[in-house]
Amino acid sequence: MSKQPLLEVKNLKQYFPIKGGILGRTVNHVKAVDDISFEVYEGETVSIVGESGCGKSTTGRAILRLDEPTSGEVNFDGGNLLSLSKSKMREKRKDLQIIFQDPYASLNPRQTVSQIIDEVLKIQKIGTSSKERRERIISLLETVGIGSHQVDRYPHEFSGGQRQRIGIARALSVNPKLIICDEAVSALDVSIQAQVLNLLKELQRKFQLTYLFISHDLGVVRHISDRIIVMYLGKIVEISDTQSLFENPQHPYTRALLSAIPSMNFEEEKRERIILKGDVPSPIDPPKGCRFHSRCPYKMERCATEEPVLNSVSNGQKVACHLTEKGAVDYTKILVNN
Amino acid sequence: MGQQHLQPNVNISLNDKPVRKSRWLSFMKKLTKNKAAIAGATVVFTIMILAILAPLIAPYDPTHIDMSKKFQGPSSEHWLGTDDKGRDILSRLLFGSRISLTVGILSTLLGAIVGVVLGIVAGYYGKWIDSVIMRICDVLLAFPGLLLALAIVSILGPSTTNTIIAIAIFAVPTFARIVRGSTLSVKKLEYVDAIRAMGSRDTRIIFKHILPNITSPIIVQATLYIASAIITASALSFLGLGTQPPDPEWGTMLSNGRSYIAQAPHITLFPGLVILLVVVGFNLFGDGLRDALDPKSKK
Repeated sequence: MSKQPLLEVKNLKQYFPIKGGILGRTVNHVKAVDDISFEVYEGETVSIVGESGCGKSTTGRAILRLDEPTSGEVNFDGGNLLSLSKSKMREKRKDLQIIFQDPYASLNPRQTVSQIIDEVLKIQKIGTSSKERRERIISLLETVGIGSHQVDRYPHEFSGGQRQRIGIARALSVNPKLIICDEAVSALDVSIQAQVLNLLKELQRKFQLTYLFISHDLGVVRHISDRIIVMYLGKIVEISDTQSLFENPQHPYTRALLSAIPSMNFEEEKRERIILKGDVPSPIDPPKGCRFHSRCPYKMERCATEEPVLNSVSNGQKVACHLTEKGAVDYTKILVNN
Repeated sequence: MGQQHLQPNVNISLNDKPVRKSRWLSFMKKLTKNKAAIAGATVVFTIMILAILAPLIAPYDPTHIDMSKKFQGPSSEHWLGTDDKGRDILSRLLFGSRISLTVGILSTLLGAIVGVVLGIVAGYYGKWIDSVIMRICDVLLAFPGLLLALAIVSILGPSTTNTIIAIAIFAVPTFARIVRGSTLSVKKLEYVDAIRAMGSRDTRIIFKHILPNITSPIIVQATLYIASAIITASALSFLGLGTQPPDPEWGTMLSNGRSYIAQAPHITLFPGLVILLVVVGFNLFGDGLRDALDPKSKK
């Protein structure tokens, strides 16, 4: 991939201050996202996975400036979004859209579906007359599978899956280049998930969309992604193409994550189950050195002091671990330290 | 807000706009089931109609003095009797309701508008703006209501208009607090984030997405506040700082009759009863509204 990335996140940090005392001084920070960098190329689907609290949604919100990031760069389509003025950013927003997790909370209960989308069109000045906008709304909704007879209904008259489709239509209405799907299917039941995922894929082909897909569900991620970013406690631990990640995960955390996917294959009995000790440490005071060392089964002495950097282990696979410094590791030959 | 989640998914496809209707219907159903609220509403609306029709139905001129008829008890000629200057008490009460309701409603309206704006700004923008606005509200709330109103009226001078201003100022922090809290909770909802991600300006978010979703607590608070505004207004008039005689106001009438309470108790009894009735009416109605608008209450 030698072409210019559509989205380039550089050293992004998002620290949330913790206020304390009578004067409301900042006593500490929650380091929700701590110095992460990655690229997303046009037309691909990149997923961010990790357990809750690892900073994946925060990353998505920071890219969109829904929360202002503490520092870093978000280069999108050639310009740094974080340096744009408020009004320039408002214009730019039509190129980046977001689909939210909760289809019940992401639509204003007091607006009909057509009003919801019409408002977006008005904000971004798409369509000159109300008739033109109306036609666009109907065709958008039809694209996502909502019939034209349903456009004047209120959100609560729709099921979760339909609401999510409305959310998708809203995101599509401004012709975005990048759509951030923040746990976009997590709230739906499995059969609906599949429908919505297939719709997303179909729309990607049709409109040449790029997705940044945030999820904790590895099954979903495997189905939809080209590349996967694994996050742990505000840091990226592994970036890899989907196939390599599932076939040859290199970071110990990724391995633990993958081993937790339930399997339907009863014959495959030998599969090892990696159970991590303890809980995720607090992002207020993360462990020094490698953030994963407190729970890592392969912990070495230097892990507690020295922070590993992302380095390439094979074509398209980057891992932040001391074990893989000299290239990919065969885990069957490594002894667990404790 | 939770209300929509609790409602079952009814798909009535024949009607174009069934939702607004069904929401209104369920609200009305809850409200009409509440007998106390109905009683309150009846009192409130009856007094309102009487106040509007006062010039047509009042049997006498409320300020007409006829010394030959002073201190008369209730009779077929003067239903509620006459006061120390021979003025008809029923007529005075009817005209007084115009002043009391005007003061109650106008001051609440004025206070609510300012309070809502301040509350939304504090809740939406947060940070130092929030701190400044809320600390000012704390200072205002630290005074007892009547004391603050007294202070303001004594600065501005006693009159009906100044009574309205004084009570409105005291209403501001109450509304600001309620609105700030609701704004904080609505602001966090994903649809607000969604519209922000679409590139909407703050003003649009506030007026089209936050305000419509926080109207219920504002309406309830306003209804309840009218009652206390009427009491405060009467108290101010009673102390001679509100509406000035000879204008008929319930508090002024009470204060006027106070000297003759042993000889002619009807002069104080009827204004007192009317104040009680109206205040209880607004309170019951407000409580009923709160229950009916609360999504968590049972159907």
